[in-house]
Amino acid sequence: MSARAETVIEVRGLRNAFGSQVVHDQLDLDVYRGEVLGVIGGSGAGKSVLLRSIVGLKDPDAGRIVFLGQDTTHMRPEQRQAIERRFGLMFQDGALFSSLTVLENVKVPLLEYFKLPDDLVEEIAFLKIRLTGLPAEAATKYPGQLSGGMRKRAGLARALALDPEILFLDEPTSGLDPVGAAAFDELIATLKNALNLTVFLVTHDLDSLYAICDRVAVISDHHVVAADRIEIVEQDSDPWIRECFQGPRARNAQTRRQPVAPARQ
Amino acid sequence: MAEAAFIDASSDADGSLLRVGGAWTLANAAALDAAVGRIRPEPQRPVRNVEAGAITALDTTGALLLIRALRADCKTLEQHTINGLNAADEALLRLVASRLDAPKPKAERHPSFRRMLERVGAAVSSIWLQTRELLGFVGLMLATLVQVLARRKKLRVTATVFHMEQTGLDAVPIVALLSFLVGAVVAFLGATVLRDFGASIFTVELVSYSFLREFGVLLTAILLAGRSGSAFTAQIGSMKSREELDAIQTLGLDAVELLVIPRLLALLVMLPVLTFIAMVAGIVGGGIVGSMALDITPGMFIARLHEMTEMRHFWVGMVKAPVFAFLIAAVGCLEGFKVEGSAESVGRHTTAAVVQSIFLVIVFDAMFAMFFMKLHV
Repeated sequence: MSARAETVIEVRGLRNAFGSQVVHDQLDLDVYRGEVLGVIGGSGAGKSVLLRSIVGLKDPDAGRIVFLGQDTTHMRPEQRQAIERRFGLMFQDGALFSSLTVLENVKVPLLEYFKLPDDLVEEIAFLKIRLTGLPAEAATKYPGQLSGGMRKRAGLARALALDPEILFLDEPTSGLDPVGAAAFDELIATLKNALNLTVFLVTHDLDSLYAICDRVAVISDHHVVAADRIEIVEQDSDPWIRECFQGPRARNAQTRRQPVAPARQ
Repeated sequence: MAEAAFIDASSDADGSLLRVGGAWTLANAAALDAAVGRIRPEPQRPVRNVEAGAITALDTTGALLLIRALRADCKTLEQHTINGLNAADEALLRLVASRLDAPKPKAERHPSFRRMLERVGAAVSSIWLQTRELLGFVGLMLATLVQVLARRKKLRVTATVFHMEQTGLDAVPIVALLSFLVGAVVAFLGATVLRDFGASIFTVELVSYSFLREFGVLLTAILLAGRSGSAFTAQIGSMKSREELDAIQTLGLDAVELLVIPRLLALLVMLPVLTFIAMVAGIVGGGIVGSMALDITPGMFIARLHEMTEMRHFWVGMVKAPVFAFLIAAVGCLEGFKVEGSAESVGRHTTAAVVQSIFLVIVFDAMFAMFFMKLHV
């Protein structure tokens, strides 16, 4: 991905604070079309708050967020809805509606926004479930009957329901075993290539960063201290980055590094 | 994405040729679905070639519809030649095709009569199971209580006092206010009926009998079932769902001793106290209505109360209070222990605790009424 690509999300001067506790201050970040951007930072550094600010779940206290060319800070509800159809968000534990089956969960946005024949809606939803690698039997199950990894995949299927341009993932590999986490990374890489997605990934998982991210943004001390290719970021002089990328876990992740994502032909 | 999409079927030498173009996306799905339905391929003349150079956009829905157009049974792409599709879109098409292999599972449907029978059976057996569980839990509570009283287990004084404050002291305003209002209403009701007989003075007996024997304790018990029974379930239930109960067990502690006995003791002490407050508040409510609307002065009211109302009515009401307290604590704590996993389960069991404890309180109250009637007290 070259830096010449179109900017799909532009965050400028973002400030978020809960009472006297400042989470973000003067935070700038760009996301380019077609890239996988990994956002990393210590616990409580405000990764998830950044994600929630971008998708509109939290109003920022100051600053500007331009989402697909539109300033979202003073948006009318109709405009916001139009934007909301163009991205998908996968929550940490799927956030599936517990009273609906997986298939019905994926159908919710389709039924809400489009007038389509029932069998087609059903088929599209089922395809999304299969695309995320869930077995066919999972479609008729309720979220409570699925394992954590399967719930995440089901959450991903719902996020993909409207064929979004941008996919937000909140800690997609947390709580998964190493095999499951690697498989999920691979799934994201495959889907990103096939569906031409831009992926905004909030993670703790260094393996994910090395395996699938085109660029890495590090949040520390209330703002983005570095946002670049991982080889460049790991050389940064910021103390948190040094600690993070030179610890034993980072070395393991580096040596395990294999390009999971085949480049697009 | 307002751009239209099209599909044309025409025949050529070696089978039919399909010409597709435009934006094959979710936004156009309804129109495309109809178009694909019109040209649905016949089994004996399958589509061989697809001319897709005019496609401007393709998403998974478009890919799904395109595959539908190629083969009615949505299987492999191998027998088809697709021309003009760019590499990315072709990769998408192949990915979608590879994931359409599994048949969609059908949700099981039973005939409605069988379902009804099933539900009736499940309901009956759950009543039996719940009764058994409740009886078992009551036994466990009593056994632990005896051990605590015999000093074989520790009495958690701090926790008990804390729960006395929460379930007792904090409930005083609401219990007093509610009883006061109900007392006033009962007095009004009695006055309207009794005045016609020139017997409005009997309003005093109406209010005092009903509050001492029934309303004082019943109102308090129902309020505490809603206020404290549900709180017990929610507290213990959320501990259960966060595995705190398992932690208690692995630390060698006894969850019943630690969580249930303090709550039980708190209710056993506080429900009678609140009942007393409710009785007083109800009679005061009746007295105020009497003095304002019925020309029964407070002095007359008290004199009449003193003269006509025997002490046994007070004890009839009071003796029920510890029983109701025990029921509310048992149901509330047991439902908390029955919570599993999710937050949804906490909510479901909290509702169940309130419904069950109010039900049991009223059933027991009716049994007490029959019992006292036979005893002529």
